[in-house]
Amino acid sequence: MTAPIEIAGLTRRFGATRALDGIDLEVPAGAFCVLLGPSGCGKTTLLNIIGGFDDPDTGRLSIGGRDMIGVPAAQRPTTTVFQDYALFPHMTLAENVGFGLRMRGQSRARRAARAEAMLDLVGLAGQGAKRPAALSGGQRQRVALARALAVEPDVLLLDEPLGALDLNLRRQMQAELKAIQAKVGVTFVHVTHDQEEAMAIADLVVVMDAGRIEDAGPPERVYRAPRSRFAATFLGDMNMLPGRVTGGRVETVLGPLGDATALAEGTMALACIRPEHLSAAGHTTLAPLTTARIVDAVFQGTHRKLTCLGDSRQGTTLVAHLPATAAAAPGDLLTLSVDPEMVTVLPA
Amino acid sequence: MLACAAYMALLYGFIFLPVAVLALFSFQDGRFPIPPFRGFTLRWHEAVLSDEDLMAALANSLGVAGLSSLVALALGFFAARAVASGCLPGATAIRAALTAPLSVSYLVIGLGLLASLNLMGLRLSLATVAIGHVVINTPLCFAICAAALGPPQQAAERAARDLGAREWQVMALVTAPMILPALLAAFLLSVTFSWDEFIIAFLLSRFDVTLPVEIWSLLRSGLNPKTNAIGSVVFLVSALAVLSIELAILRRR
Repeated sequence: MTAPIEIAGLTRRFGATRALDGIDLEVPAGAFCVLLGPSGCGKTTLLNIIGGFDDPDTGRLSIGGRDMIGVPAAQRPTTTVFQDYALFPHMTLAENVGFGLRMRGQSRARRAARAEAMLDLVGLAGQGAKRPAALSGGQRQRVALARALAVEPDVLLLDEPLGALDLNLRRQMQAELKAIQAKVGVTFVHVTHDQEEAMAIADLVVVMDAGRIEDAGPPERVYRAPRSRFAATFLGDMNMLPGRVTGGRVETVLGPLGDATALAEGTMALACIRPEHLSAAGHTTLAPLTTARIVDAVFQGTHRKLTCLGDSRQGTTLVAHLPATAAAAPGDLLTLSVDPEMVTVLPA
Repeated sequence: MLACAAYMALLYGFIFLPVAVLALFSFQDGRFPIPPFRGFTLRWHEAVLSDEDLMAALANSLGVAGLSSLVALALGFFAARAVASGCLPGATAIRAALTAPLSVSYLVIGLGLLASLNLMGLRLSLATVAIGHVVINTPLCFAICAAALGPPQQAAERAARDLGAREWQVMALVTAPMILPALLAAFLLSVTFSWDEFIIAFLLSRFDVTLPVEIWSLLRSGLNPKTNAIGSVVFLVSALAVLSIELAILRRR
C-alpha cells in the first residue's frame, strides 16, 4: 500500500506571515521524501496540511489521485509519527500499536498478532506488555513508528522524529528508518532541519525557505548542483564567486568559470564551488585556479578545512576542504584548482 | 523538636477535637450529649438506624450526591476539553465565566434557583436539589479537569484522531483514561460537597429531604445524643470519600 502525493499552488497564511507561499510538489509513490529547511520555513505546516491537521487557504492536494482538501485526518490514508511521540501512556505497547486497528473494528486476536509483528519490525519483539513509561526515548520513537505503520497507511508522515535523540542513536535510527521504508514500500514524508539526515535517508530532498520550495530533487543533485542560492548554502559550505555572463561562462575575479549558457549574456551570475571540489597542487592534475594564502586551518577529522585569501585584486575568500593529511598552516601559499565539471552556475 | 510536636498536637486538637467530642457523646448513656460522660451505650446508634425518616434521608442524600456529581463531572469535563482544545474563541472569558460561580454564596445560588424554578413552574423535589448541586459542583469539576488537561493530552488526542478515532472514541479511550485520577478526585469532591450541603437542599426540597435537612429538623426539637450519632455517621462517610480522593491522587505519584 503506497500512493503518490500531488500538491499544486498550496498557500497558507497565519496573520500577516505566509507560512506556505505557493507550494508545487509531486512525491512519487514509495519515495522517501524529506522536507528540509530552517525552523519557520513552513515544512511542518506543509506536513500538517498533508496529514489533515491544518487546511490550506488555496491550492490542491491529492493522495493516490484522491482530492484531500476538507478530508479530516481520521479519514486520510496517512498516519503520522509525531515529534513528541504522543504515545498513549495508559496503554501497553501492544495496545498502542493496535489502536488504529481497533478504530477500524478489527478483532482483538488480529490486533494482537499485527501489533506483535509491527513491534518485531521496529526491533521491540516480545515487549508488547510494557508501558511507554518503561521505555527510553529511542524505544518510544520505535513504538510511535510501529503504531503509525500498523494501519498500513499509503503515506507515512514523520515530524522531526529524530529531533530528541542523541547523535549516535539518531544516525542509527536514520539507517533503520531507511531500511523499514524500503521494506514496507510506503511513501514517507519526513521533516527535518538536519541536512546530513536529509541527505542520508532521502530519495527526494525538498529544500524549503520562507514558505517556498527552493529546490527539490535527489540528494546528490541538490547537493552538487543546487538550483538556488539558499539551497546551495543550506546544504553545506559553498564558495560563491560573482561575475558577469560572458561567452557562456561567468567572468569571475578568478577567471571564466562554469557553464552559464542557460543565462542571458551580460547578466550577473554566481559560480559555485563546494569546498571539497577545490584541490591543492600536488594532489591533482587539474589546471590551477588561483594561488591563495591560508588564513585559517581547522582539522576536522575527515578533512582539513582551510580558509584562504585568493590571489586577486578583490581578495576573494575561499573555503577548501583538503585531505586531513595535507600539510597546511596559516600563512602558507597554496595553488588551488577545480574540476570544471563541479562548478555550478546560479543567477545572482 | 518537642515544641514542633506540641504545636502539631495543638493544631490537630483544634481541628479534630469537636469531631472527637461529637463522636464520643454519641455513645452517651443519658439523655443529653453534654459532659460529664456517664457511660457507654449503642442505644442512640440503634435509634438512628431504626429511624425510617433518617434512613430515607440518608438514601436520598447518597442518590442526590452520586447523580448530581456524575452530571457535574460530565459537564465539567466536556467544558474543560472544549476550553483546552484551543480552537474556541474567547476561551479565557469562558474559563472565567465557568469558574466564577465558585465565589458565589450557596444562599444566593439557592434563592436564585428557587426563583427560577418557580418561574418555570417546576415543583420542588429531590430532582431540584440535584439540579442545585450540579450548579454548585460543575465549576469545581471544570476547574479540576481543566488543570489536568495540557499539551500531553492534546498530543495524544491528535494521534488518536490521526489513527482514525472518532471524537467520542478520542474522549472515552484517550482523554478520560489519561486524566482518570483528576476525574476521580473531581467526582469524590463533588460527592462530599453535595453530601454536606444544607442551604440549597433546604430551599429546593419539599417532602423528600436530604440528610442535612433532616438533621436540621431533628435539631429543632433540642439536643439529643441521636444527633451526635447521625453526625458521626455523616462525618465517617465524608472522611471515607476524602480518603479515597487522596488515595486516587497519591497512587499515581
